[in-house]
Amino acid sequence: MTANIIIATVLVHLFTALLQLTFWRKTITQRVLSVAGSLTGFAFALGLFERVRTGPILTMNAANWEAPFGIVFVADQLSVTFVLLTAIVALAVSIFSATGVGRARMLYGYFPIFHFLIMGLNGAFLTGDIFNLYVWFEVIIISSFVLLTLGGRKAQLEGAVKYMALNILASTFFLTGIGILYGITGSLNMADLSQKIQWVENQAIINLTAMFFLIGFGIKAALFPLYFWLPSSYHTPPSAVAAVFGGLLTKVGIYGFFRVFTLIFVPDDFIKAVLMGIAVMTILTGAFGAIIKDNIRRIFSYLIVCHLGFVIGGLALFTKIAFIGAVFYLIHDIMVKTNLFLMAGLIRHLRGTMNMSKLGGLYAQYPKLSLLMAVVLFSLAGIPPLSGFWPKVYLFDGGYQGNDYLYIGGIIIGSFITLYLVARIWSEVFWKRAATDDFVVDRFKSLQWHRKTLLVLPICLLACSSLFIGLNAEYIIQIADKIAGEMADPSPYIEAVLGK
Amino acid sequence: MKSTILQTATRYLHPILLLFSVFLLLRGHYFPGGGFVGGLVASIAFVLHSVAYGTHSSMKILRYKPLSMIPIGLGVASLSMFLPVFFGYPVMTGLWLDDPVPVIGTVGTALFFDIGVYLVVIGVVLTILFTISLETH
Amino acid sequence: MELLLVASIGFLYAAGVYLILKRSMVRLLLGIVLLGNGTNLLIFLLGTITKGKPPVIEPNLKVLADIYSDPVPQALILTAIVISFGLTSFAIVLLKRVYALIDTDDLDDLNTPEEEDI
Repeated sequence: MTANIIIATVLVHLFTALLQLTFWRKTITQRVLSVAGSLTGFAFALGLFERVRTGPILTMNAANWEAPFGIVFVADQLSVTFVLLTAIVALAVSIFSATGVGRARMLYGYFPIFHFLIMGLNGAFLTGDIFNLYVWFEVIIISSFVLLTLGGRKAQLEGAVKYMALNILASTFFLTGIGILYGITGSLNMADLSQKIQWVENQAIINLTAMFFLIGFGIKAALFPLYFWLPSSYHTPPSAVAAVFGGLLTKVGIYGFFRVFTLIFVPDDFIKAVLMGIAVMTILTGAFGAIIKDNIRRIFSYLIVCHLGFVIGGLALFTKIAFIGAVFYLIHDIMVKTNLFLMAGLIRHLRGTMNMSKLGGLYAQYPKLSLLMAVVLFSLAGIPPLSGFWPKVYLFDGGYQGNDYLYIGGIIIGSFITLYLVARIWSEVFWKRAATDDFVVDRFKSLQWHRKTLLVLPICLLACSSLFIGLNAEYIIQIADKIAGEMADPSPYIEAVLGK
Repeated sequence: MKSTILQTATRYLHPILLLFSVFLLLRGHYFPGGGFVGGLVASIAFVLHSVAYGTHSSMKILRYKPLSMIPIGLGVASLSMFLPVFFGYPVMTGLWLDDPVPVIGTVGTALFFDIGVYLVVIGVVLTILFTISLETH
Repeated sequence: MELLLVASIGFLYAAGVYLILKRSMVRLLLGIVLLGNGTNLLIFLLGTITKGKPPVIEPNLKVLADIYSDPVPQALILTAIVISFGLTSFAIVLLKRVYALIDTDDLDDLNTPEEEDI
């Protein structure tokens, strides 16, 4: 069945970027176009999400070539959930960027590149062809390079060099894996691969190929031994950019894990053990790295690493209940991490710095904004009934059923350190008496009201999404349950693609 | 450094290379060639010109900034990609005219996609190379 | 032919890894380029090399009668080359900017301490 609506979100962002390129250097038009494009993209994503939630898996054969030969786009529940989350993040960030990004950056094409990035993300989530997934990854990283280096401060370039080297290396590993996979099976279609890989007799070469994918996605998802590029680059770009990166870019790597390790390489005990070891170490290194930092964006960067370990652990347990926990955690994490970086940007507008030793007294001066930010921080820590609480219940349950007490210990330590950091941020940034008034550069107060709204509105939007996820957990669990079912048994996906 | 031999040779090579790039672009659907290769050859023509006469004079004969070719090329390519949707086909399906046009051959959406790629490649390559060479001097 | 390719792939990977382990940024970039080329050759090799005709069916026939060579690895390599062209040129410009800023090629001199954060 052909459904062109699948790649509507990709096309919307492509044409938005093109329109913006024709309005080069007209920043006001670009800002309006950006918000309009993101709104349209959100509408299409919501439509697609509803259609797949209530109906069958949709597929589209690009260029009308039949499934195993051409490139196929597939919208199953996992894909459309990611697409919807991307659309929400894109909407929030494009509203925030209207004020939160400097005019100089906009003149050098900030908005078109941003929309190319979102286009790449949508494409990566929707494609059903593994080489096409590689191409979308490259679209993502090349746009993220530009977003990261726009501005060209020394710290930015430092982050960019590490980010660039490691990400190109990851792509090379990924491509090598694809090459070997094509050599042993003669196919690139993921559904087709899922069937053909079972006929390969030499199990050793399959595990070897799986390791190439593990390293490639592991660098992109910032897992334990390969994570260090993330904390050294995510604190350098403008907060709007860091929000997209923190919310979505590492999650593309996680999406790759979910797709490839449930559909193509069904993990045996060896790979499960490797994944679990990586997950626990990721949680611990991320958590301990975050403790010693003073800059709030550096803390958030390490927390991204820490919390990705929870998700990979859920994948490593490989039971349905752990899948539900992992997927739910991802849904929660994308909303909250994006919001944290937007919040850091707002704090910088309020105080001119993001260093905790120089901050303080925000609650006294801006009580309403502080309460808004408290919602975000508390849902990060997973205080019930906010959104971080429910997925952990499922992850614990999965861990107990799999008798994996190391992982449970990891989750407990990771959660406690997160809680400690939230308390520390709350007391240092909001409660503590402001150090001296000399440092304070309050750019927020002098802004016009509509600019203030543009800064606060996206944070409200994402905080409401977090609240919705927390208070309406039953609905999210239904969706996570459907996704977990797809991950545990990929035969409906294969049937939908190959039409058998 | 200006060399008379190179300048004289460039005067003849430049149009030949451009013509050859169009030839590569048009034959690309069934034979080796295509938008990417054609675009590279066309940009080599301008790079050769800039080596012989200096970057400023080749920017002058280009008239437009190479950067402006990128949105035009992308626009042409994405429109040709999107056109089949109006006829009820999936995105990127090739639509072809029935009768071949003399000299060019059969015209279809794939040709316009290639033209878009051709423009984007010229735009990207020249933007990068001109930026680097202008920064150095 | 295969043996030659295997040897050159091994050489490219080894040289690439060796260069990536250096501290100099230019060598890092060269190493990445070599690794990418090694990967392209690997895809070419694994797609099984056959001396055959292009896989275009003659208008009056229904199936391919001759031995044909698989076009997919070539399409993959072409795409990969285009992508690595873009990435490499971006990386060169980035390294040039870095060199203009800190006047050295050493990756260690680029570190910024946490105190300089905004």
